[in-house]
Amino acid sequence: MSHIVINGDRCKACYLCIKECPKKLIRVSEKTNSLGNHVVEFCDENNECLGCAMCATRCPDLAITEVYRG
Amino acid sequence: MATQVFKVPDTFRKDFKYTFCPGCDHGVAIRLVAEVLEELGLQENAIIAAAIGCSVTIYDFLNIDALEAPHGRAIAEATGIKRARPDKFVFTYQGDGDFASIGLAESIHAALRGEKISAICINNTTYGMTGGQLGPTTMLGQVTTTSPTGRNVEYYGYPIKIAEHIALCDGTAFSARVSLDSVANIKKAKQAIKKAFEVQLKGLGFGFVEILSGCPTNWRMTPEQSHEHVRNEMSAIFKPGIYKDITAEIK
Repeated sequence: MSHIVINGDRCKACYLCIKECPKKLIRVSEKTNSLGNHVVEFCDENNECLGCAMCATRCPDLAITEVYRG
Repeated sequence: MATQVFKVPDTFRKDFKYTFCPGCDHGVAIRLVAEVLEELGLQENAIIAAAIGCSVTIYDFLNIDALEAPHGRAIAEATGIKRARPDKFVFTYQGDGDFASIGLAESIHAALRGEKISAICINNTTYGMTGGQLGPTTMLGQVTTTSPTGRNVEYYGYPIKIAEHIALCDGTAFSARVSLDSVANIKKAKQAIKKAFEVQLKGLGFGFVEILSGCPTNWRMTPEQSHEHVRNEMSAIFKPGIYKDITAEIK
């Protein structure tokens, strides 16, 4: 099952990944990190994630640390 | 069974955290450098000559030997390191202010001498770390803290197109300009960085990559707007492309 792993502590809330995801599976969460940012979360109830890694390629802060495909 | 298609390169220090502003493309550029170093198996053998500016923090994040240079002299320092230790892989990671303003003499002459080093220059058309002053690459009409009415030709002159200038030097083996405004261009940027590193490994000469990067804080833009600015306005003046590649000529 394709999925991504997010390290919320590194997220600086630029939200570039949200725009990049072709399936719109990343959204802003209620949680805040040590920087006071509302971090992003991965929400894939219908297993739509393609594992394209576009979010991780775009993320300037390496907050998306792992991407799995298949 | 899911296969891993992306991971943080092992070259990064454990538990590092970037200190850049939100949406800054330095993070992507450093990751590309780390990925290329890993693909070429150079982590153990590489030495960074770090410059001044936002780019200097690269040695806080990568687990690679690094030396700090005075402002603009990273290329001069890299020359010394490479001549003393020709077996090492030496590269610089600089901003446009460092490479093309204060260090322009060092940069051009290293290219003319054909020093077997690689240089990566981040072009964000401003001096980022010191608060967004007018830099050598600031575009005509661009408002900065030291050109509040925009850059005009009569007073400030024209911006420098670094990749073209470096390509004109006979000692240059590879010179390219890439952009980080989209995922497709990020992948092209990685190929260019790899090429610039490979020409050093083959001993062909000076390898150079200019990377167009967004500076949302000093441009007073959102991260997304900054990428649109790079795509629509910066790329029109600083045209991405490969300006010199002697490996293609050899083939």
